[in-house]
Amino acid sequence: MTKETLIQLRGLTKTYGTGDAAFHALRGVDLDIRRGEFLAVMGPSGSGKSTLMNLLGCLDSPTSGSYNFKGIEVETLNKDQRSLIRRHALGFIFQGFNLLARTSALENVELPLLYRGYSRKERQDRAREALARVGLVNKERNTPAELSGGQQQRVAIARAIVTNPDTLFADEPTGNLDSKTTHEIMELLDRLNTEQGISIIMVTHEEDVASHAKRIIHVIDGLISENPNHRTATY
Amino acid sequence: MIFNAFLIAVREIRRNLMRSFLTVIGIVIGVAAVVTMVTLGQGATASIKDQISKMGSNLLILRPGEGWSSWGAPQFMLSDVHAIRDQVPGIAGIAPFVRTNVPAIYQENNRATDVQGTTANYFGIANWKIALGRFYTEEEVNQAAPVCVIGETIRRELFGEGVDPIGCKIRAKSITFEVIGVTAPKGQGGMADDLDDNIITPYTTVQLRLTGRGNGRNINQIMISGIDGYPGANIVADVSSLMRERRGIRSNEQDNFNVFDSQQLADVVSSSTKVMTSLLAWVAGVSLLVGGIGIMNIMLVSVTERTREIGIRLAIGARAREVLLQFLVEAVTLSCIGGIAGIILAYGVCTMLVEEVGAPFIFDLKINIIAFVFSAAIGIVFGFMPARRAARLDPIEALRHE
Repeated sequence: MTKETLIQLRGLTKTYGTGDAAFHALRGVDLDIRRGEFLAVMGPSGSGKSTLMNLLGCLDSPTSGSYNFKGIEVETLNKDQRSLIRRHALGFIFQGFNLLARTSALENVELPLLYRGYSRKERQDRAREALARVGLVNKERNTPAELSGGQQQRVAIARAIVTNPDTLFADEPTGNLDSKTTHEIMELLDRLNTEQGISIIMVTHEEDVASHAKRIIHVIDGLISENPNHRTATY
Repeated sequence: MIFNAFLIAVREIRRNLMRSFLTVIGIVIGVAAVVTMVTLGQGATASIKDQISKMGSNLLILRPGEGWSSWGAPQFMLSDVHAIRDQVPGIAGIAPFVRTNVPAIYQENNRATDVQGTTANYFGIANWKIALGRFYTEEEVNQAAPVCVIGETIRRELFGEGVDPIGCKIRAKSITFEVIGVTAPKGQGGMADDLDDNIITPYTTVQLRLTGRGNGRNINQIMISGIDGYPGANIVADVSSLMRERRGIRSNEQDNFNVFDSQQLADVVSSSTKVMTSLLAWVAGVSLLVGGIGIMNIMLVSVTERTREIGIRLAIGARAREVLLQFLVEAVTLSCIGGIAGIILAYGVCTMLVEEVGAPFIFDLKINIIAFVFSAAIGIVFGFMPARRAARLDPIEALRHE
């Protein structure tokens, strides 16, 4: 494992249920992701890509196999230790935005900082700065209900990057957006990846969204196949 | 970490003001009821004790008859007074007491009142203070002088404002008294009677000039004051056995007199008020418990309703214990707010009821602290289960929750 390696999966499996009712969502996945990569995960529903994302995002623990994240053996960690990895190294963007309702954009972005013990002023400064990075300057007082879908997703992205994580997990980030807004959000993710060097791992089922990624993997029946024709699959 | 949890809790409470209000209303009412009950109960006890002490502290009254009925029972003799004074230990003062109800007249005003005849040391025994003029002397008692000291009610009814009653003459039946003093008002007594509606004069004057019954007999009551700290019950026992002996009452016969002990009355009254107060406080405590169940109910609903929010918090790195703490602190903050609101409400109710009840407002820090701590404890106890349920949620499931 080199310094450049961010994530290394070896023989990762996930099984739900036991005995006859057992369902093998992942059947032994090997995967290497380098720092600064922009990776798209594609696959039909039920293929196991959500399970893979939950495991990569440290939201769940595998049944067997190993998951090394920046030198940490994640499969050995307990629930709270995984929470701390999420808190300090990961950011999440969801299809449904998952903002707190009736809460201003600024307070939504401040949320992760609350768990990091920042002072009130520091929280607000950092949250304002994150909102500026996603191009939302004058909306900090607005609640999600007062924002468009694209703006809500920008707030969600600001919340994900406010802690300066090195990895961003995006689960169908444009699934609820029209094509114009989709383009804007993808531009934003591109910029975060190229300009700030944030690694992005994104689940999508749209080809043109996936085309923003430098590397695409497909999950089919709990196994991974790399797309050999993709333009960046050359290292 | 606690401060952060408190911050989040306050935000949540502010975001759901109406729900928060409905959640705490049970606690508010429970705490208000407890604090009101105890505060008013203590005020009532204090006021009754105060009224009894107005009659004279350590006052004992030897009365004819058993219990409250004195019909046909023999009166006392002056020799009884002397015997008690000489033979019973623990006595600070003793005075014979005769009374008759006659109309008192000054110019065109008249009022039927209690004319009380006694000795000069009665004023000390019954705790009277002089407001105007002076008390009469032992010499005036020996001379059966026609002088009197009047109560505030008599001064007001017979003389009105702006008239100096000292030196004026009051007529009662066949006798004319000269007013030599006015007592300081005592107000209402322990039996809701007016303690200032009386004319106090030497008992010799009453017996010789008013009732015509004298010769050292026909003493209606004997007023006794005990030495401070000397148990009133001992005096009661000693006086009783002495009187039985003097009257030759056989051991199988009942007393034909009774001794009233103000200390004993005060004890009985305050202990019965205490029982009443603690009973009502228990009832109020039950309503506090119901308020706590209300908090648990709403917190459980709140956890279900905010499952997605909990999922978001877990996803961005909140640990189970932080989610637990958040909901626990929220419940405790709610119940503490309820406790404080309840205490404030109790003082509103108390100030209103104090007029009604006629009891003084006694602020007791202890009951306030107990009520507050109890409401906080209710938050912890009833907030724990919902909080644990929130903390045990799986982030993936919670995020998927609609």
